Formats: sequence, C-alpha cells, structure tokens
Amino acid sequence: MISESSLLKFVFGRLTLDAFPIHEPILVGTFLVVAVAGAAIVGAVSYFRLWGYLWREWFTSVDHKRIGIMYIVLGIVMLLRGFADALMMRLQQAMAFGDSQGYLPAHHYDQIFTAHGVIMIFFVAMPFVTGLMNYVVPLQIGARDVSFPFLNNFSFWMTVGGAVLVMMSLFVGEFARAGWLAYPPLSGIAYSPDVGMDYYIWGLQIAGVGTTLSGINLIVTIVKLRAPGMAMMKMPVFTWTSLCTNILIVASFPVLTAVLVLLTLDRYVGTNFFTNDFGGNPMMYVNLIWIWGHPEVYILVLPMFGVFSEVASTFSGKRLFGYTSMVYATVCITILSYLVWLHHFFTMGSGASVNSFFGITTMIISIPTGAKIFNWLFTMYRGRIRFELPMIWTIAFMLTFVIGGMTGVMLAVPPADFVLHNSLFLVAHFHNVIISGVVFGAYAGISYWFPKAFGYTLDRFWGLLSFWFWVVGFYFAFMPLYVLGFMGVTRRLRHFDDPSLQIWTVIAAFGAVLILCGILSFLVQLYVSIRNRAALRDVTGDPWQGRTLEWSTSSPPPPYNFAFAPRVHNLDAWWDMKSHGYHRPLEGFKPIHMPKNTGAGVVLAALSVVFGFAMVWYIWWLAALSFAALVAAAIAHTFDYKRDFHFPVDEVVQTEAERTRLLAAQV
Amino acid sequence: MNMMTITAPGGDQPRVFLVDEEHHAEGGSTMLGFWIYLMSDCLIFAVLFAVYGVIGGNYAAGPSPKDLFDLPLVAVNTAMLLLSSITFGFAMLAMESKRIRLTQIWLVVTALFGAAFVVIELGEFAHLIHEGAGPRRSAFLSSFFTLVGTHGLHVTFGLIWMLTLMAQLARHGLIPANRRRMMCLSLFWHFLDVIWIGVFTFVYLMGFLR
Amino acid sequence: MSVDAHADHGDHGHGDGDDGSHGSLGSYLIGFGLSVILTAIPFWLVMDGVLASKRAAALIIMALAAVQIVVHMIFFLHMSPRSENGWTLMALLFTLVLVGITLSGSLWVMYHLNANMMLDPGMSQMP
Repeated sequence: MISESSLLKFVFGRLTLDAFPIHEPILVGTFLVVAVAGAAIVGAVSYFRLWGYLWREWFTSVDHKRIGIMYIVLGIVMLLRGFADALMMRLQQAMAFGDSQGYLPAHHYDQIFTAHGVIMIFFVAMPFVTGLMNYVVPLQIGARDVSFPFLNNFSFWMTVGGAVLVMMSLFVGEFARAGWLAYPPLSGIAYSPDVGMDYYIWGLQIAGVGTTLSGINLIVTIVKLRAPGMAMMKMPVFTWTSLCTNILIVASFPVLTAVLVLLTLDRYVGTNFFTNDFGGNPMMYVNLIWIWGHPEVYILVLPMFGVFSEVASTFSGKRLFGYTSMVYATVCITILSYLVWLHHFFTMGSGASVNSFFGITTMIISIPTGAKIFNWLFTMYRGRIRFELPMIWTIAFMLTFVIGGMTGVMLAVPPADFVLHNSLFLVAHFHNVIISGVVFGAYAGISYWFPKAFGYTLDRFWGLLSFWFWVVGFYFAFMPLYVLGFMGVTRRLRHFDDPSLQIWTVIAAFGAVLILCGILSFLVQLYVSIRNRAALRDVTGDPWQGRTLEWSTSSPPPPYNFAFAPRVHNLDAWWDMKSHGYHRPLEGFKPIHMPKNTGAGVVLAALSVVFGFAMVWYIWWLAALSFAALVAAAIAHTFDYKRDFHFPVDEVVQTEAERTRLLAAQV
Repeated sequence: MNMMTITAPGGDQPRVFLVDEEHHAEGGSTMLGFWIYLMSDCLIFAVLFAVYGVIGGNYAAGPSPKDLFDLPLVAVNTAMLLLSSITFGFAMLAMESKRIRLTQIWLVVTALFGAAFVVIELGEFAHLIHEGAGPRRSAFLSSFFTLVGTHGLHVTFGLIWMLTLMAQLARHGLIPANRRRMMCLSLFWHFLDVIWIGVFTFVYLMGFLR
Repeated sequence: MSVDAHADHGDHGHGDGDDGSHGSLGSYLIGFGLSVILTAIPFWLVMDGVLASKRAAALIIMALAAVQIVVHMIFFLHMSPRSENGWTLMALLFTLVLVGITLSGSLWVMYHLNANMMLDPGMSQMP
C-alpha cells in the first residue's frame, strides 16, 4: 500500500506547491510581466501564422548565418534579465544604509548577484561572442558553412536549454545564492540543500556541452575550410582571434565540466571532494574552477579584440598596422592565459613563492594586450577616419579598457591584492574590462555586421544616443566603485553601516539608470532601423568599403555564401580583389552541395532540459526516462544518413541574377 | 574550367580570384574534429587525475589502496582492454580489405572483451561498496570511484556505439560515412586504453606502492 | 585463420580521400607485443615486491607507462606529424602541455595551500 504522500513524492520528487513564489511581490510582478509579454509574442506569431516559417527557416536551420543571428538574439534577451538584476542591486545598495534595510531581503539579494553574474557571463557574453564568430568566420574564410552544421544547430539549442533552466528558477523554486562561481562548502549540500544550486549546475552543464562542441566546430572550420590561397598568415585578424578563442574554449570548458561533475557528485551521491571532512578539500574547487575561469575571460574578450582590429582598419581606410605582431600577441595571450589563474585567489594562502610566480605571469600577460592597443592606434594614425558607429564604440573601448587594464595590473601585485581582493575595487576592475571589451565590442560588431546580415544599416541617431548613455553611464556606475573598493568596502554587500559612503552608491545607481537608457535606446534603434529599412538599405553588400571576404557577398548573403569559392592572394582579400578590378561572374554556375535542416537539435536540447529539471527536483523516474530518451534520440539521429541536398543550378542563377539587378539599379 | 581571371594593372600575371571545382572533400573535417574532441576528453581526465593526486591520499582513517586493491584482478582487466584494442585493430584491417563480415566478427569479439572489462569493474565496485569502502567513505575513495568510474562509463558508451555501428554496417555496408565512423570509434577505443594505462599505473600500482 | 591472409598490407590505394593513416597487421602486432611487455613488467615489479626501493619502482613504472602511451600513440592511434598536415600532432602537444600545467600546477598550488593550513600531519598524505 503506497501512501498518497509517498506517491506524490515519487511522481514530483521534492517539487511541491511551495516552489512557486506567490508570496514574493517582486517575483509575482515579474511573472505577470513575463506572462503578458510572452502571451503577446506567442499570440502575434500565431496570428501572423509564422510558426511554420520560424521552424523551417530558423529553428531547424543549420545555416551558420541564421544560427549566429539567433545567438545574438538570445544574448539581447538575456541582457535584459541580467541588467534587471543589476538595477535591483544598485537600487538596494543606494538605499540600504544604517537603519534602512533596503527592499531586498538577503535571501533574494544573494540570488540576484549570483544570477547577474551567471547570466551575464554564460548567457549574454558567450552568446554574443559565439554569435559573431558563427556568423562572420565562414564568410571571412570563403567557406559555405562551418565544418559540422548540425552540431552548430545543436550547440545553439543546448545554450538556449541552459538559459531556459536558469530562467525557470525564477518562477519554480529559486536560484543559487553562492555567487557566480559557487564555491564550496557554501555550494555543497550541507549549506545549500535547496534547488538553486542544482539549477545552476544543470544549466551550466547543458550550456557547456553546446559551447565545447561549438569550439571544436569552429577550430576545424578554420583549419580545414579556408579558401584556396588563404594561408594562416593571410587570414583576417578576426578569424585569428576566433581560432585562438575556440582553442581556449576546447581547452578550458572540459575543466569546468569535470569540476561541476565533482560538485554534483558531492551533492547527489555524498562524495567528499569539496567537503570539510572525510578528507575533502574545498580549496581544490577554487583552484580548478579558476583554471577554467581565467581562460574564460579571454574567451570573452579575444573575439572582441578581433572586432576592433577589423573596425579600426576599415574605418581608418588603412591596412591593420602590425598584422604579424597582432597574431603573435593573440597566440601569446592564449598560452599565457593558462599560467595566471592563481591571481584570482592570492589571499587563499598559497604563500609567497606561489603568489610571486603568478603575480609575475599576470603582469606579463598585460604586455601582448598593450601591443595590440598600440597597433590599433598606429592603424588609426594618418588614416582617414570615418566616425561610423563601430568606430566610435572602438574608440570608447580603447580609452576605457586601458583604465581597466591598469587596475588589473594593480591587482596583479599580491600585497596590493591582499587589500583589494573581493572589494568593490575588484568589481569595478572586471566590469571595466568586460564592459569596454565585451559589451562595447558586441555593439561595435553588431553595428558593423548588421548591414551584412540584413541588408540595411542601423539607425545612426539612436545608435549615438545608445552609445553616449552607455559610455557616460558606465563611468558614473563604476568609477565610484573604484573609490569605495579602495576605501575597503567589500563586494556583495546588501547593507552598509557607514552613511558617508552613500553618495557613492547613489552616483553608481544613477550610472546604472543611464545604462538602462542606453539599452532602451538600442532596442529603439533596432525598431527604428527595421521600420526605416527601405531608407537605410544597402544593396552593394559593401557599405563600409570593407577589406575582408564577407563584404564580397550580397547583403544578406545567399544561403550558400559564395557561388564560386574565392581564391586568395593577399591579406585583406576583398580589398585585394577590388584593387585589381574584380568583376562578379555572371554565368557558369553549378549546383551547390548544402546540408539539410533538421529538428534533431531542438529535440535533443529539449530532452536535456527535461532531464536537468528532473535532476533539480529529484524526480528520478523522469530523469531516467528523459536520459534514456536522449540517448535513443541521439542514436536515432545517427541512423539518418541523408543529411544534405544540392542547391539546384537555376536557383543559383536566379539568386545571382537578383544581385546583379540590384547592383545595376543603384548605380 | 570557368575561372574568373583579371589582369592586374601593369599587365603582368593574370590573377585568378575564383575557383569552381569542389575543393573540400565531403567528410574531410570529421577526423580532425573527433581528434580535438578526444583532446577535450583528455582534459576532463586530467582534472580527475589532478583531483586524485591532491586528495587521493586522504583516507580519512578508512581503508587505503593496499587494503582494497586486488592487483591480479586489475591485471586481468588490463588484459581484457588490451586484447580488445588489438581485436579492434583486426576489425580495422578487415575494413581496409573491404571484408565486411570479418569486420563485424572482430567487432563482436572486441565488444565481448570490452563487456568483460565493464562487468569485472562493476564487480570490483560492488565488492568495495559491500566492504564499506564506497565513494562516500573518504576523499580517496570518492576520487577513486570517480576516476575509474568515468573511464568505465566511457567504455560503456563505446560499447553502445559499437553495437550501433554494427547495426549501421549491416544496413549500409562499408560506405565512406561508415568508414569514417569506424575510424572515429577506433580512435576513441584506443584512447580509452591510453587512459587506462594512466589509471592502472597511478591509481592501482602507485597506490600499492605508497 | 583469417589473420595470416592479411599478412602483407603495406600500402594499398586510398581512394576515399583520407590521408591513409592506418596500420598494417605487423604494426598492430608489434604494438600489442610491446604493450604486453610494458604492462607485465610494472605489475610484476609491484605485485612481487621485486625492488627494495619503492621510489625506484615508482619511477620505473611511471617511465614504462609513458613509453607504453607512446607505443599506443604510434601503433594504435597512428599518430604522425603528417596526419592532418600536422594539426593532430600540434593539438596533442598543446593538450599535453595543458595537462602538464593542470597536474603540476594543481599539485604545487594545493601542496602549498595545505601546508599553510597547518593541519594535523597525520590527516592527509599528498604524494
């Protein structure tokens, strides 16, 4: 006789009605907004009968261009969530002094700072970076797609799956409260027995699979699919930085995977990796997670360095200064990023000899980045600079990043770090480098390549507005944090005792509001650009007088990218072609071999999410079932041998003829 | 041949900017891609080895390697895996000479050796747990079970893959796609044996020597 | 039975576009033979307690393991500098460097961290 409660426990695991936060007004409010917005979107898509179109043309697409765009859309959506967390924290920190406890209880505040970090790093920055690399690299190397188009689609949906799990934690249960890196013992089962940590673990593991596979995909693409004549030292700089980034991904994410598995075993099986007793060692988690963590920040920033190189060169009308040294600097950074990780925990107590070694390597790694800054400056020197949006973002990056880099070198000195570790100084430093590097880079990259992807440029006015709000807002939001940190204020505090500090957090909150205006202006920019697309249209495919191969295609490029594979002779291959009077061929087209769309990626990722959810809530029967289904679906997919088709000649002829017509019309 | 040629200003060598033949072999990316995946897998094992190195000596007043490891059994298991490697090699040779039946037979033999490995290992684990030396007993045992168990899981997945591939060979024969899959499984299988060398050396033999 | 029929594999045509890196019967058998020897010796050294010095035994079995890994790489995995225009070898070397950094770096760092914790020395033994 099974009692009703044990039946419920079997079916639902530890999921009960208490998991729904109906007593927390902020969450209820958020849910209502999300539900209404979600219903509106679903309603609109259904009303315009776009589900079929979305499924066929986007969700099941294995086209790197479509997948790249979807990654960036994901990044933008998650930016809104991650920034909402930021606003809430800023507001709390501006209010909570002395007797005022602010409006966020500790239980909630801790989830917010954890979610803010997790979302911004894994579901905003990574998708932006992956999206740009996915869209641009095959075009820049003259290829038709990546090496493994299906894996590309699968990787995207696994990233979405991780994001879904993290977002789900908002309304079903709660999220982790142990910081974005979840150090044990706090993140162990004894101190975080609730579901939050498990959402964290499974969200990251699922997204991590996607990221690692994407890394393998892009490495092989760059190694194997370059156009004839494109030797390694004739690749565009963005492709070089992408190659190094993906090497970093493949060489670091396995460490994250393994460490999270060990934490999972501690939580689910009761092993003793990171416990305080039975021989466990929590410090080992910190050591291993930062062996992943440091390369991770270079994964985020290196592609953006590539963006800045392309932009600086194009909008100065000059070849990039010091191409060879740029390549060497990138490779040096890639290797050195594995030799600095301990600077994240100087204060954990490894002693002087260990700390000195890592302090020195950390200072050394700033040198190749410095070389890059000089190369960008020399590229601009004596160039004919055009202040289009991508260039403006690049200039802001150079000024702002240098400040962040310098505070980084300060932190690299172990005795200084003993004072500054885990203070707001640290928080200011990493936001300084990440925002100027990754966020400004994303804006530069998006505004640079948007016309290629969609055939019209972004509206300049709203772009400028967004830019100024962001840059001014950044300085207001984070310079006070340097001051506070220098004075000794610790990070992740929900309440302060010293009222003389309040002015600084209020200024920082003001800065956050400016950034909010920047984000909203960006959204308006998107809307306005789409609305005015006829006026903003570019039919040449080359609105910026570009230098690299992607600008030789139409905007947007045809599904097959290039009707004929380009043959490369020099760096800046497209510039080379233009200088030698190249004309597009108008005949002689052939059928083109292309991979087929497939829904397998969506299915596998959906099953993974179900599995993750079941594991979070201890619903063992569902976990077993979904896991078995996952394996079965994967095996079934391998029985599908008919994964490609040929783009018929007359369609190629038609597509190319359409482009010829457009080019002729605009003359 | 329809290539777009253009003469550079100055009238020297005509410069060709396009090619029209298909220059990337289909499936040409697969081997490198799989190899790089194996390198990433290598890093996962490196972390597990590092963990074993750091906390593998923490017995928490519980049983130590000398108390637990049955070296003759480990030797038998090592032999199973090594034999499965050579029989997979024979399967590859049969595939090269396009003898599909022989390929299938050697694959079955390989799978049997692999299955024997997994069964023996599961037996060893069950025995240890029964003796009170399960993965929760100490950090040493946690890292032991995880490192050795992860390897065993990989072998298990390899076996599932082997069965799947045998079914696909039966269905489609030795077409290029299946040959690529065989080559990938070959890399995977031998790679697992390489990892096992590390395991029996650093876990079992060194454990006994401590 | 059928093994002898494949005695002579040398090189035959590789029309399928791969770079022809697979072994011959001879090379598989040599690899197997070497592996058996390189496995038997360490097991014998440890099980029969042949050497008085545990340190010497440890060094020998580690060295033999390294050699056997190379044997596997050459004879079973057909590792060569020509494979994929050198990219497989480069990937392997890079991975080995990182494995080295991860292992040695972690052991070095953790040793120092543990030492500075000044716990009861009987509690844990690191290599």
